[in-house]
Amino acid sequence: MTVLTQSPARPESGGPPGGGRRLVEMVLRARELSILGALVVLVLGTTIANPRFLSGQGLKDIFLNASILVLLAVGQSMVVVTRNIDLSVGSVVGLVAFSAGKFASGGDRNVVLVVLVGVGIGLVCGLVNGLLVSFCRVPALVVTLGTLYVIQGLDYRIAHGDQIGAADLPASLLSLGNDGILGIPYLPIITVVVMAAVGYYLRSYSSGREYYAIGSSPEAAMLAGVPIRRRVLTAYLVSGALAGLAGVLWLARFGTVVADAANGWELKVVSAVVVGGVAITGGVGTVYGAALGALLLTTIGSVLVVLKVNSFWQDAITGVLLLLAISVDRLLALRVTRALKQRSLASAAHRAAAPESKEGRS
Amino acid sequence: MSRLMRWETAVTLLLVLVFASGAGFSPDFANNDNLSFALDDLSEIALIALPMTLLVVCGQVDLSVASILGLCSALTGKLWDGGMSIEAIIPLVLVVGVVCGLVNGLLVTRLGLPSLAVTIGTLTLYRGLAYVTLGTGAVSEFPTAYTDLATSSIPGTPIPYPVALFAVLAAVTGVVLHATGVGRSLFAIGAQEDAAYFAGIRVKRIKLILFAVSGLVAGFAGVVYTLRYGSARADNGIGLELAVIAAVLLGGVDFDGGKGTLGGVIAAVLLIGLLRNLLMLNDVSTEVQSIVTGLLLIISVLTPRLIAVAREARGRRRGARPAVPAAAP
Repeated sequence: MTVLTQSPARPESGGPPGGGRRLVEMVLRARELSILGALVVLVLGTTIANPRFLSGQGLKDIFLNASILVLLAVGQSMVVVTRNIDLSVGSVVGLVAFSAGKFASGGDRNVVLVVLVGVGIGLVCGLVNGLLVSFCRVPALVVTLGTLYVIQGLDYRIAHGDQIGAADLPASLLSLGNDGILGIPYLPIITVVVMAAVGYYLRSYSSGREYYAIGSSPEAAMLAGVPIRRRVLTAYLVSGALAGLAGVLWLARFGTVVADAANGWELKVVSAVVVGGVAITGGVGTVYGAALGALLLTTIGSVLVVLKVNSFWQDAITGVLLLLAISVDRLLALRVTRALKQRSLASAAHRAAAPESKEGRS
Repeated sequence: MSRLMRWETAVTLLLVLVFASGAGFSPDFANNDNLSFALDDLSEIALIALPMTLLVVCGQVDLSVASILGLCSALTGKLWDGGMSIEAIIPLVLVVGVVCGLVNGLLVTRLGLPSLAVTIGTLTLYRGLAYVTLGTGAVSEFPTAYTDLATSSIPGTPIPYPVALFAVLAAVTGVVLHATGVGRSLFAIGAQEDAAYFAGIRVKRIKLILFAVSGLVAGFAGVVYTLRYGSARADNGIGLELAVIAAVLLGGVDFDGGKGTLGGVIAAVLLIGLLRNLLMLNDVSTEVQSIVTGLLLIISVLTPRLIAVAREARGRRRGARPAVPAAAP
């Protein structure tokens, strides 16, 4: 089990600890640094073009807009690391935003209570996904596609063509979404705390390392005694709970909620996670990378607005970024594998047998 | 195999049941007008489901189909607006569809990337290009000769022209998948890619062709969609890829590849279409349709697994696969 307490290694690198592992870790860290670099270049370039971009309000808006996406990306990366996927998050955000809105407008509700209700609904959705995926052993993509449809249907059913207006909501809830302390809005604070907690758990706890083990090789993880079902279930619970929290924050930030509020967000979230270096084939990546990916995608949106570029380009640019990210990752992985093979003579021979490595659809 | 046959039989029985109950309970259901409307409404999903079946059998998936449909719809509108004739537009748009498919295929085969990740990327990219092409406006006013062709039926039957075309293509696809060496290769790749490769199957070439065909059909579906609704928009067919995948999986095709039949998929497409139509006739709201679709999807993947689990419990046969939770797609 000592292996599991080390840094996440790419599935291809079955090499021994030591120099090889350090190399892998360097590459992974470089990944986060490169996104950070891209962000800095983007922000600086835009500021030069339009100095108002970096004004207090502009920056605040970016962080506010990114907070919800980052929160979802953190939950999603936990699921994706175990080589699964959760496509239902967008519909959960919509359902929670609406039901929490209905609940909150029923009187002067305490903010904490509204948050708890939202997270509770998210947990229930996550529980359904997690039980189906981990105990019934059905493909995650299919199950969460199914629950996406079901949850969306429930959402429309509850909404019934209505919408929640900011006027119906308690002031304390709206202040959660738009105010802050010492000039820092609450939303990014909440997001950073959640991200740090999940990131620390995945990195420093042995049970946290097991998520990577499951994603790298489910068979090996099982043989090593990792409680796969419990871990996968937990990943879905976290993803659901954070989607619930995101739903409440959505409500708090925008005040007005229609039924299809977060339709299609699941793709945004998965995109952010993939751009952030979490491999869709599992076992690789960090929540910090996923968070940076989400921040980058949000920033691109704001930059296009500031530079007065037609916002129609946003999707196309995001798509190119995604393809670039997975291609670069793949090429780097191949290079790392080669380097590792050169370093370790052990186990290289039979690994190299397959010229065309297995590409599942993952 | 027997289990799979059972699954397809179940879908077909359900189809017959839905049809019978529809005919029994809804006076507006079993007449030519309604049936041809219900069928016509399935045109794009049915068409795209054919190459998607081949891809999933082969262990791949293409999530970008609905975006290719949207891009080709937007292009059709843009070119028509620019004064081109429909006869000239169609081949051009089809070429764009093929190019989109080739980009998917090349990324998957040349770089060895997972098709799920690639096609999520191109889903976003192609939809973006659709918006760049046409913005948020719409182009309508297409020639009635063509819009009629997309919505009318073969005289004397409830079969709309697009569905008739689908029937021809489905026959071809069925033969390819179930009666040729190419079809066997697809199952082999889906079941065990490395083994297929070492057996001399040209895995990369087959995958590339499949993605190209998928793009071609999605492009054509874009033209059909545009003419059927008489409106070209960049957001046409948004989310359609999920409906197609739902149909393919409901038809008993294993998402892990290597198992499935085209007959099951066709039955599933019809089932989804008739259910939708029935729910609509009975004024059941769209949200219930969404819930029904989702539940059907979950049941369709759950049932075979549950049968397998029950069987495992009955008699632990040797050589059964270890109980590893399903890895992601």
